[in-house]
Amino acid sequence: MSRAGSTRVHLYGWLLLAPAAILLIAFTHYPTGATLVHSVFSEGTALRPSTFVGLENYGFMMGDEVFWRVVGNNFWFAVGTIPASIALALLMAVWVNGRLPARGLVRMAYFTPTILPMIAVANIWLFFYSPDIGLIDQVLRLFGASGHNWLGDPDTVLGCIIIMTIWKESGFFMIFYLAALQSLPPELEEAAKLEGAKRWYIFRRITFPLLMPTTLFVLINATINSFKLVDHLFILTKGGPDNASSLLLYYIYEVAFSFFEEAYAATLTAVLLAVLAVISIGQFAILDKRIHYR
Amino acid sequence: MVLASSAIAGSHLWNSGSDSMSVIELVGVTKAWGDIVAVDDVSFTVEDGSFVVLLGPSGCGKSTTLRLIAGLESVTAGTVYIGGEDMTHKSPSERRISMVFQSYALFPHLNVAENIVFGLKVRKTPAAERDQRLKRAAEIVELSDLLHRKPAQLSGGQRQRVALARAIIAENAICLMDEPLSNLDAKLRHDMRGEIRALQRRLGVTVVYVTHDQSEAMSMADRVILLRDGRIEQAGTPDELYDRPETVFAAGFIGTPSMNLLDLTDGPGGAGISGLEGKPVLDGPGEGLKLGIRPEHIEIRDFGGLPAELVWSDYLGADTILTARVGSQSLLVRVPGRFDVARGVSVNLVWAPENVHVFDTATGRRASGRQALAMAA
Repeated sequence: MSRAGSTRVHLYGWLLLAPAAILLIAFTHYPTGATLVHSVFSEGTALRPSTFVGLENYGFMMGDEVFWRVVGNNFWFAVGTIPASIALALLMAVWVNGRLPARGLVRMAYFTPTILPMIAVANIWLFFYSPDIGLIDQVLRLFGASGHNWLGDPDTVLGCIIIMTIWKESGFFMIFYLAALQSLPPELEEAAKLEGAKRWYIFRRITFPLLMPTTLFVLINATINSFKLVDHLFILTKGGPDNASSLLLYYIYEVAFSFFEEAYAATLTAVLLAVLAVISIGQFAILDKRIHYR
Repeated sequence: MVLASSAIAGSHLWNSGSDSMSVIELVGVTKAWGDIVAVDDVSFTVEDGSFVVLLGPSGCGKSTTLRLIAGLESVTAGTVYIGGEDMTHKSPSERRISMVFQSYALFPHLNVAENIVFGLKVRKTPAAERDQRLKRAAEIVELSDLLHRKPAQLSGGQRQRVALARAIIAENAICLMDEPLSNLDAKLRHDMRGEIRALQRRLGVTVVYVTHDQSEAMSMADRVILLRDGRIEQAGTPDELYDRPETVFAAGFIGTPSMNLLDLTDGPGGAGISGLEGKPVLDGPGEGLKLGIRPEHIEIRDFGGLPAELVWSDYLGADTILTARVGSQSLLVRVPGRFDVARGVSVNLVWAPENVHVFDTATGRRASGRQALAMAA
């Protein structure tokens, strides 16, 4: 091929690549890089231009009590939501995968929380948790309990957010499990049944191992989601009381757009990215060996 | 009857003594899903140690029948006896049977050894005995070198062997097989027929085998149960089905190419083939009857018999299948070796009266008491 022809082929290639590449670079790679650069510069003001400060921002972060509080919250939030929502998703999927009257309706009902806008969901739950007039308190009153300010109490607020998140996430994850379950050949279960395996044994030794690729996918998504949650907090708690329900991304939002400390926000973001990367890589590395991909 | 059929098939002679008993018996078994009746009032028995094939076209209810025996489907009506015991409402595991699935149903995440011993583990067989039985089963199906492979790393034939080993190791008296060879290529399929049959005789197990392939049924079975639309069309030894088909359907299903079926009409001196009334082939009236004659039972002569015109020839190597027009109808003739014909060559067809079958067109059943005429020389 001539040199001119070869150049044309290259040009075509780059032109075809361009739309996706431009979007990815503009909205993913450049912001990521810019954030990392930002995090090692001081906050610039009109009087004091931004200067390179090395790891000074990170040093400040280590001494930031609110940051540690938020990290702790996020840890308990992840521990509280991830296993529970995955287990519930699996349970629901197995249930609605079986023979069931009005199966389509049940499946839809489980998926509804996923379709609803987050803000609407938060408002519904705000009513549930309202002191005295809320659904929970009204039900509890029947049993003689007095009203409780669920979202106003630092001891219960995180639990409330966790329960709502489980409710929201498990229906979404159920869809993945349901799809995976339906792709499993029914003969496998029949063959196991003929050998005398009971339902729980079949689930433990056949179904669950074959669902592992789905579990890994869901697990990584659930982990990322647990660090990503921010919408509900705007409506329900605004991170309070006393930062008891503030999570990492919400704290970053506050630092960036309420306190306008862009450099510090960039520092926190870099940490969030690092944490997510480490967790995802770790999950892949540990679980991949134990997963059978068909 | 049992003795006779076993002797004809020349198999499991040690089993055909007076202690022979049926290990599986279906009495009036029906399976329906709403208005769709998949299995309709089916009754048959399977003798101990025999190889019974459920044969029929797709959708005839043969796989459903097998699954009813296995307990993977529940019967709508009727009774299933296994080993003399009413098992109609028992769970699959209580029936103590093995099954080989069409898809093999190997557990993809377990290796060959784990797949084979799966059932033993479920039933908590001691590890030492488990290993011993695994070793023996793997040797029988020649898988000893592949025990640590995953099913995805095996060829189709090897997967088939794993499925067989899983059925063998349970040491159940009954093994059900649902089209186990249909996913293999032609050569391997042929080899495996012999292997499965030899294995069945060696282990003395009773096999109920489902297939749509009549040649598989003919070559493997002690007894063939031919099904159509959920009902038993005919049951008997392969010879009986070939030599004396009871219905037009059975006549057309057994044999490749299948039996020629020619419409008969009344004619002078006896029934003649439609469009060729002057040459009687059957004593008496012919209207409403069909004459059946197998392609391999027709001979081509230069004179005598029925005048025919050759239309086409299919050369198959060992023999040639000729298409000929007789009167207003066409039939197939099998001749040995290569037989090149120019289109439109006139020949004469001859067959022996004892090879002629007569069927009633209206009922589709064999018409008894009719005498085929010898061909005029």
